[in-house]
Amino acid sequence: MKMGEVDIEATTEPLLKVEDLAVDFHVSGTVQRALQGVSLNLKRGRTLGLVGESGCGKSVTSLSIMRLLPQPPGHYAGGRILLEGRDLLSLPEREMRALRGGRIGMIFQEPMTSLNPVYTCGEQIVESLLVHSGLSSKAAMDRAVELLDLVGLPSPRERAHDYPHQLSGGQRQRVMIALALANDPDLLIADEPTTALDVTIQAQILDLMTDLRERTGAAVLLVTHDLGVVAQTCDDVVVMYAGGVVERAPTNALFADPQHPYTIGLMAAVPRIDATVDRLSTIAGSVPPPWVTLVGCRFASRCPLADDRCRSAVPPLRENGPDHAVACWHAPIEEATI
Amino acid sequence: MMTLVLNRLIISVPVLFGVLLLGFGLLILVPGDPAIVMAGPMATPEVVAAIRTEMGLDEPVLTQFFRYLGRMAEGDLGRSLISNKTVISELGAAIGPTTELMVACLIWSIPLGIALGTLAAVWRGSITDRAIMAFSVAGVSLPIFFICLMLIHFVGVQWRLLPFIGRGGPLWTMDGLRHIALPALSLGLIFIGPVARMTRSSVLEVLRLDHVRTARAKGLSEPRVILRHGLRNALIPVVTLVGLQAGYLLGGAVVTESIFSYPGIGRLAVGAILSSDFPLAQGAILILALAFILINLIVDVLYALLDPRVQTP
Repeated sequence: MKMGEVDIEATTEPLLKVEDLAVDFHVSGTVQRALQGVSLNLKRGRTLGLVGESGCGKSVTSLSIMRLLPQPPGHYAGGRILLEGRDLLSLPEREMRALRGGRIGMIFQEPMTSLNPVYTCGEQIVESLLVHSGLSSKAAMDRAVELLDLVGLPSPRERAHDYPHQLSGGQRQRVMIALALANDPDLLIADEPTTALDVTIQAQILDLMTDLRERTGAAVLLVTHDLGVVAQTCDDVVVMYAGGVVERAPTNALFADPQHPYTIGLMAAVPRIDATVDRLSTIAGSVPPPWVTLVGCRFASRCPLADDRCRSAVPPLRENGPDHAVACWHAPIEEATI
Repeated sequence: MMTLVLNRLIISVPVLFGVLLLGFGLLILVPGDPAIVMAGPMATPEVVAAIRTEMGLDEPVLTQFFRYLGRMAEGDLGRSLISNKTVISELGAAIGPTTELMVACLIWSIPLGIALGTLAAVWRGSITDRAIMAFSVAGVSLPIFFICLMLIHFVGVQWRLLPFIGRGGPLWTMDGLRHIALPALSLGLIFIGPVARMTRSSVLEVLRLDHVRTARAKGLSEPRVILRHGLRNALIPVVTLVGLQAGYLLGGAVVTESIFSYPGIGRLAVGAILSSDFPLAQGAILILALAFILINLIVDVLYALLDPRVQTP
């Protein structure tokens, strides 16, 4: 959003609204909480970045929206996931299936393994088209070729007859994107879409996704651990830590003025090309394992500012500026204090 | 595809040579003198010596081997020492029934094994899964002769449901079907176990893969996910297993045919070996080896059909 532009989208209801989502995993007799109180909003035409380190619950959140979390061991323990006001968690499986690949498209992390090796790329897109639309097989194949062209594959008609192993990683990810876009989804969930790709291909894929979002008007939920990717593509960011949201803000605001000690630590840990340092900055300690029951702030064990209140009471996610919410007792924090 | 078949055929040549060598080695290695067998127990040493010269048995082993290879190349497998018919005609009469038995065995056991394995994988950990796996273990561990005898005892003798001796006629006649039922059932039972177990573990493995999650994310129904994206991919190792099991199948056919007095290659081979009918035994072994090579060729082709990565580099 540039200055002076009128934000029409911002005034409308969010397309996707996750409220207080809690997810448990039942593992060999014990219950482990994977998500606790996760809330986020995503409006049409916007890109929301979901960031955090491995195991913080980013992928669990995105799989939950698709309701693709394996159950068992997964279990939705509370909260709601609303797509235009309809709670996906209480939807019958039949209706959920119509949404998957229909109104919600998903791109996965590993382009090498996310396509079925025994069907051609075209066949895999056609399959999705046939399930969701009343197209004939021939029309579906034409549409698949069109989609492959849209995602920038050269000679798409030939590529449609290629098997995934005949394509490169970047090309496969393009096929995945074509697949996710097959039925003009309103919501596109991209779970680490560029992590497995090398840097130049990463940039191409991100550009492609931004371009496609602008053309189709879909909302994009971008799951990533890469702050650079967030800065480049997202309008808003949700920072997750150990299964919960610690900070939520427009991208500019987050980068300009991070409020949560964890976010500040993450920013500090990004290596800078314009500074020479002996050691890269790190956040001391490690993420608490999921079987530990957390009391108080989930970041307390690693936080330089932690005091008794942090260790005993959970800080709520509080507004701390326009659209900028943070779950920290010490907020607002001057970055220099850490 | 044609290059693949051709490649496999070329690879089969040394295997075939090895088989011929072994077949010939039998003659040298096993106790018993073919000349004595042929001459009969009452023959004088002079007669035996004459026969030996006539058969070329007094020549050096290597000469005998090359002569043997030459005859093979001409399609001359010799004559049975017992019946004096040509080995080719004996084998020709037995090959049809054995092929029928193989078809009758595989046509039900492979689909059933795959279906049971898939069900066990989908309902993993359930009673159904355990029942199917127990059944498979029984199928794998019970010796085939025992299965044959039990079937004869109960189905054939006690309940008098099906005949258990000989062949009734071609497979497509009612009598043929009734006669082949018990041999095909016992032979199939040893096959179902490994196929079901392999299918189960393979389907379980495939269902964990990323592309199955993609299939679900496309909004496909669960049966479609399991059959088109799970089972289809899981069949690749199953086909390999079936190829490897072909040896057991042929070995099992030898036992089954003998027990049910079914006039196939297996029984012919056993009969020939027991009566020291060397040319016939060699011929039967050659045919069994050829069958093994053929089955593996079919498996390789199937493998390429199932997995595009095999044929398109």
